[in-house]
Amino acid sequence: MAKKMHDTPNLDELEKGPWPSFVTGLKRLAQDNDMAVDLLGQLETSYQTKKGYWKGGTVGVFGYGGGIIPRFTELKDEKGEPIYKDAAEFHTLRVQPPPGMHYNTDVLRKMADIWERHGSGLIAFHGQSGDIMFQGATTDNVQGAFDEINELGFDLGGAGPAVRTSMSCVGAARCEQSCYDEAKAHRMVLNTFVDDIHRPSLPYKFKFKFSGCPNDCMNSIQRADMAVIGTWRDNIRTDEALAKKWFAKHGMNELVNDVVARCPTKAFQLKEIKDVRKGEHVSSVAVSDTHAVEIDNHDCVRCMHCINVMTGALSPGKDKGATVLVGGKRTLKIGDLMGTVVVPFMKLETDEDMEQLVDLGQRIIDFFAENALEHERTGEMIERIGLVNFLDAMGIDVDPNMVASPRMNPYVRTDGWDEEVAKIKAKQQAA
Amino acid sequence: MAQTQLRRPVESGVPDNKQFMHPTLLKNYGNWKYHDRPRPGVLHHVAHGGDEVWSVRAGTQRQMDIHTIRKLCDIADRFAEGHVRFTIRSNIEFMVSDETKVAPLIAELEANGFPVGGTGNSVSMIAHTQGWLHCDIPGTDASGVVKSLMDELIDEFRQEDMPNRVHLSTSCCEINCGGQADIAIIVQHTKPPKINHDLVANVCERPAVVARCPVAAIRPALVNGKPSLEVDEAKCVCCGACYPPCPPMQINDPEYSKIAIWVGGKNSNARAKPTFMKMVASGLPNNPPRWTEVGEVVKKILYTYKADARPWERLSDWVERIGWPRFFEKTELPFTKYLVDDWRGSRANLNASTHIRF
Repeated sequence: MAKKMHDTPNLDELEKGPWPSFVTGLKRLAQDNDMAVDLLGQLETSYQTKKGYWKGGTVGVFGYGGGIIPRFTELKDEKGEPIYKDAAEFHTLRVQPPPGMHYNTDVLRKMADIWERHGSGLIAFHGQSGDIMFQGATTDNVQGAFDEINELGFDLGGAGPAVRTSMSCVGAARCEQSCYDEAKAHRMVLNTFVDDIHRPSLPYKFKFKFSGCPNDCMNSIQRADMAVIGTWRDNIRTDEALAKKWFAKHGMNELVNDVVARCPTKAFQLKEIKDVRKGEHVSSVAVSDTHAVEIDNHDCVRCMHCINVMTGALSPGKDKGATVLVGGKRTLKIGDLMGTVVVPFMKLETDEDMEQLVDLGQRIIDFFAENALEHERTGEMIERIGLVNFLDAMGIDVDPNMVASPRMNPYVRTDGWDEEVAKIKAKQQAA
Repeated sequence: MAQTQLRRPVESGVPDNKQFMHPTLLKNYGNWKYHDRPRPGVLHHVAHGGDEVWSVRAGTQRQMDIHTIRKLCDIADRFAEGHVRFTIRSNIEFMVSDETKVAPLIAELEANGFPVGGTGNSVSMIAHTQGWLHCDIPGTDASGVVKSLMDELIDEFRQEDMPNRVHLSTSCCEINCGGQADIAIIVQHTKPPKINHDLVANVCERPAVVARCPVAAIRPALVNGKPSLEVDEAKCVCCGACYPPCPPMQINDPEYSKIAIWVGGKNSNARAKPTFMKMVASGLPNNPPRWTEVGEVVKKILYTYKADARPWERLSDWVERIGWPRFFEKTELPFTKYLVDDWRGSRANLNASTHIRF
């Protein structure tokens, strides 16, 4: 039995309604956990005053410089004593999830048991960077909790100016759109940087994310410093039985208005079967006895829309790999930046392919560590120095796939033009 | 205190997911052919070799107590096959290799208060942050806002009745940890930070704080004989960037920290290129425990989109078709001068054409 509950009239409102209630969960914990009782007390105070009451500090585990988010209460009485003393220290352990966030019940139960022994009993699956967040340990209990979590085969994630915890989609484990082994790439890349994860010493955070196709379920383009997004080079594959099944169910209006009309590059056409073109870059499939769809794969930008709508009837090609985009982040400081293309396509099939990806990540991080200003993200650094300088340092040749359009102003010194043309020609001849 | 030998960490990094994976997923790894959705909340995947797996998706509160976790494990052991995974939006998925297990599993989840849905063209769970529960700089709460809204949107979670999928997010400050979304709820401060000059010199690395400001509004100053910082309030955009590195520069205010609504963020490459979201409303009160005023605006936008968008139009696609004037007309939101961008690159957000819908 824990100590007596505080009155929580505001939080009680959040026990009403049909969605699962975190307040009900906290109250259940508070039946036998004093920390949960006082956490509810402090949270209720925040609901009444509309103020937050946590401050950071320095708490860690032996051997690591990061991965624990320290929280000390600032809600104190006139003598400077915490009002809710059993939640006065409420630190979080960030723990890296397995790729695709797969678990069996055995490991989840073990995590729950560990957190029952060492913490508040509150765990988030998952934080916005993908960490399993074990929330609510006292300073004294952090090490013991980590030791057991670590023995279970899990490791702390990143915090501060470090390589951060990564996420990858369900991908090859259960998705037909998967264009590479996301889990393998996720593990190979991240586990190269365990030192940079555990010992924050970069100019600012650096995030990798891995999505298996351009649907980008991990939201990598908007928030990863290095986004690895699956794609393919050859033709969209077709399945006539599933195409006819789709058409029989959905009909001509949906095919025309929801698929043909929504192709961003008009690569997708509906034709009478007799008019369908044949060609090396054409995919076609009959949807009925009279009509077929025809896709010009040279014009297709691999947006995924038709494949998403007509799943099974259409699917990504076989010559798969990934596009690498660099520099995504949200507002602070210079404004939102999307990741932009740095490698239009790379194969990710063999171990050597994967090592190339790891090597690219390594070189980007090395350059970032050397050249970024304090608290500057990779995208901001590239904005400051220009993409071409960044590419030069990476040893990557410019490619028109990297731009939305060529330059729109004349403010550039071009007296090296002939030399550049000669280099490109020499490379073309050597290839 | 007796010093015990400290254990060296095993720097194991990202664990291998194959040890936890459902056997049918493991067997058919990289070899799936297609999927369909027999009903909302259920995905049915078929492998090239003919194996099938059904995944039942349910909503959770994300911030889970160990009793909830054990309950989910009990359900997974008794009604599924002992394996689960989580989605990026904190939904849980139970995989079964036998179709007859689907209906009893759904019944058990619903009976225990876990709504089944979040697939296809539904409103999925709201991506969110920590808020008052755990963050050191929050302007509002996160889990409470999410709980309040999902209570009202639970039918849209359970159905697939939206034109396309709808992603929502909430964020407790302008850093926007909740992320880009079709509709996002984000704190918007409206007053410059209140500075406790007694503390600045001891707590803040002043040059770093000066460098953090996006509009160069902060400068070192001597206040009451102590080294401190001052803010040019005419320049300040109230973003709160100075607050994390310098907690004595308090940006949160119970009254003046307001809530803004943003729309049209999309990370998928499907159809149009990925888009950033745009601010369409602000000045909403931060009003716990139910944030009613915020919910009203979100629902107005959501249901206007639902009624007006064509199939497969994401919110951004819908606005692209109808145009911003009609968006504000239909949602009955005021288009104020604060919504005209003036940050770097802002001319790209002006209408440099005569494309006007009448």
